[in-house]
Amino acid sequence: MSPNSILPLLLGLAWLLPLASFALLVLVGPRLGKHGRLSAHVATTAIGAGFVLSLVALVVWLAQPAQPAAQHEAHVVHAPTSANHTTDAHHAPAAPARPAISGDWYTLARFGALELTIGYYIDALTVTMFCMVTLIATCIHVYSSGYMHEELHDVTDPLVQVQGKPLVRAGRYARFFQYLSLFCFSMLGLVVAGNIAMVFVFWELVGICSYFLIGFYRERQSASNAANKAFIVNRVGDFGMIVGLMVIWTTLGTFSFADVKDAEGHVVRPGIFSQVRPAEGGHALIVPDGMVKAAAQDEVAKIVRATPGHLRAVAAVEAEVPRWREMGYGYGLLMLAGLGIFCGCIGKSAQFPLHVWLPDAMEGPTPVSALIHAATMVAAGVYLVGRFYPAFAPEVLLVIAYVGCVTLFIAATIAITATDIKRVLAYSTVSQLGYMMLALGVGGWVAGLFHLLTHAFFKALLFLCSGSVIHACHTNEMPQMGGLWRKMPWTAWTMLAGCLAIAGAGVPLLIGLSGYHSKDAMIAQMLSFAEHNPLHGWLFYAATAGAGVTAFYMFRLWFLTFAGQPRDKHVYEHAHESPLSMYGPLVVLAVLAVIAGKIGLTAMLEQARPAGISEGIAAGRELPSLVIPAEHLSHDNSIHVPATLAAFGVALVGFLLATAFYWTRRLDPEDARRQFAPIYGFLWHKWWFDELYQWLFVRPTLWLADFAAAIDRQGIDWLADNTARAAKAVSTFDDWIDRLLVDGLVNSTARWTYGLGLRLRAMQTGSLRQYVMYIVVGTVGLFVLIVYWNLAIAGM
Amino acid sequence: MSLLTQPVGVAHYLVVGAVLFVCGVICMAIKRNGLGVLMGIELVLNGANLNFVAFASPFLRADGANAIRLDGHVIALFVIVLAAAEAAVALAIALNYYNNFVTIDVDRGDELKG
Repeated sequence: MSPNSILPLLLGLAWLLPLASFALLVLVGPRLGKHGRLSAHVATTAIGAGFVLSLVALVVWLAQPAQPAAQHEAHVVHAPTSANHTTDAHHAPAAPARPAISGDWYTLARFGALELTIGYYIDALTVTMFCMVTLIATCIHVYSSGYMHEELHDVTDPLVQVQGKPLVRAGRYARFFQYLSLFCFSMLGLVVAGNIAMVFVFWELVGICSYFLIGFYRERQSASNAANKAFIVNRVGDFGMIVGLMVIWTTLGTFSFADVKDAEGHVVRPGIFSQVRPAEGGHALIVPDGMVKAAAQDEVAKIVRATPGHLRAVAAVEAEVPRWREMGYGYGLLMLAGLGIFCGCIGKSAQFPLHVWLPDAMEGPTPVSALIHAATMVAAGVYLVGRFYPAFAPEVLLVIAYVGCVTLFIAATIAITATDIKRVLAYSTVSQLGYMMLALGVGGWVAGLFHLLTHAFFKALLFLCSGSVIHACHTNEMPQMGGLWRKMPWTAWTMLAGCLAIAGAGVPLLIGLSGYHSKDAMIAQMLSFAEHNPLHGWLFYAATAGAGVTAFYMFRLWFLTFAGQPRDKHVYEHAHESPLSMYGPLVVLAVLAVIAGKIGLTAMLEQARPAGISEGIAAGRELPSLVIPAEHLSHDNSIHVPATLAAFGVALVGFLLATAFYWTRRLDPEDARRQFAPIYGFLWHKWWFDELYQWLFVRPTLWLADFAAAIDRQGIDWLADNTARAAKAVSTFDDWIDRLLVDGLVNSTARWTYGLGLRLRAMQTGSLRQYVMYIVVGTVGLFVLIVYWNLAIAGM
Repeated sequence: MSLLTQPVGVAHYLVVGAVLFVCGVICMAIKRNGLGVLMGIELVLNGANLNFVAFASPFLRADGANAIRLDGHVIALFVIVLAAAEAAVALAIALNYYNNFVTIDVDRGDELKG
């Protein structure tokens, strides 16, 4: 079998296994084993098998013969260490070495030209993402089987008071794994999707899973609010995404990423990518014909009116398209499509200004925070930006970069003051997602997605460690912890590995933890961008400063939790190391967080780089001065070395500050807090975003709702009530007629018959002899009557 | 002109039949004994039979004596057969009646009165 047929099979199976597990758990979950204990095994087996299949797919992918263009690939991949890469730069391939495998599994519906299909688009990025998602999900399934053990029996929730007593409810162990399975299915579906409509469907499915799992402790008001907030904020982003989908569908006439081909390999319908970057133009970004025609519809109408005959009119329009494209028709639509899709990514990846939902999402169980709200689902936005990259105009990329930059800076600063261990990590996640967006926006396609992968490993690790701490301490508040490393060494040291990874620790220019390599690549690309566009130079400075802040708050977290003296004796005495099922996954993830930078992820991603962007992206129409440099330029020593040193130096400063404040106590945090009280307050209130949105959106919405309710009550209810009253009066009258006339007629007939019967009854005496007399008298009477009748007739 | 002075004709038979009929009716009307009622029925039937036979008799007819008309006779025979059958059924009823009431007084069978 060729990879073209076996890869869809492998990944499709890996994708559907969690769905099977979900279906099984929905049907019989709570009855599997005692209190549903076996549901964890079912879900873990499904996702574990998915991981194995993904690994096989990876092997198949790597084993397939590379196409001739690949010989240039090697230079680009190893460029960071090679001195003569600049000479190789212009040999960089225009098309990826191993083209994506695409096709459809199933056609859901066909409306005219609109085809909704379940399809696949498999390239190196898909395969890598599959391995990452299934691996992390497997670790987290194993971890959850230990973490969620409380749900195996009735749970007493002290945070919910019912009539003055803590709520006691049935455990929901099976349900938890059911949602996890559904999530894995949805996430993998999103990654494998072959068209943007299918992406949207699974996009919403991961959203609903997130909603279910944030609100897992649904009896808690805060959890239910957080779930609603996450869902509603995501709707805002999805609205933009739907706009993007509409633009794409109406102008390009397809949702499919790749060309739809028939059995002989002829292109039946060109996909989005080949319309936006046609191969004959060297994969350069052009405005597709459809968009030009849609934007120039007035001109089209003019030509159609002037030209008799359908075919001739079509030809005339086609002839005019290049001129219109030169005039700039359709470029706005191209940007609108890109911005719309990016809107969805803003919501899902919690970018500014929709970042407010993610910290609140920490109300869910910690494994959920690790899997969904750190490692995979929130990264889906970044993934989609990466996947849809060929169709983004340079202006859109600049917007992406700015959004990412603002996000990373805001979130990093908020994380400094947060005391809830999970919230620190949540803001850290938002900040790191901002990094990825920024890197993608400035042209660092591989760098951004590389960071997505490494971040998934160390952030999942950090969250699981925090879960282990919370499991031991029964509190989220870091001021109540301290000195825990003696009690829980496994957690402490693995978490230290995670902190080092996210801070980007390493030996500069030589080797480092996973975060060092990915952050390095991103910062270098930002510097490269800044050198080409001095106007946007502060993107680089903000990102570098963010690296320092990252190191500061991560080590603040670690020192507050594990180092120093215990601050709360009670919490400290009850703390204990978690069971093997929990710290086992920690060790696996810690190893990955350390080595993931050097296991060939960049080489893998390089294979999936979209065609036409390896030499940078040409300036757009609206911002002709904007230059998005090629990514390999950032590997040049003149860029790479200063960027590395800057990022490392700033991170080191952050680390030293954190050490001084929270470990050696050379500086007093209380003192700093007093001195910078206004800034502290500003950060403590999260830049007042929640309050701002409360005033800007929530309150007006509630006012509007109150107003609408008043109209409803005063106007519509009044109308409805009076209509009902009138109808009631009419029916009362009808009722009266019915009773008096219709019923009266029927009843009086019945009464008369009844009375007659009563009277005749007296004749039925039961005496045989009397009956004989009746007969005789009756007969005689008849005779007499007949005789008189005849006489009367004769008499006339 | 009195019937007594006339030669015997249809009218005389009719008178006898009427007397039989009235006797039968009176018997049915006044007897409390069920068998007596049955006897009354027989009298009524035979009163009617007498009329049929009288009207059918060729000797009593004034029109053609040479015609044999058997309608009345046949009907009379039918009535006799019918009476026999009726008597059989009626006696069975009477026996059952006796089983239920230990009497054949018809006035006691008034349980179906209205």
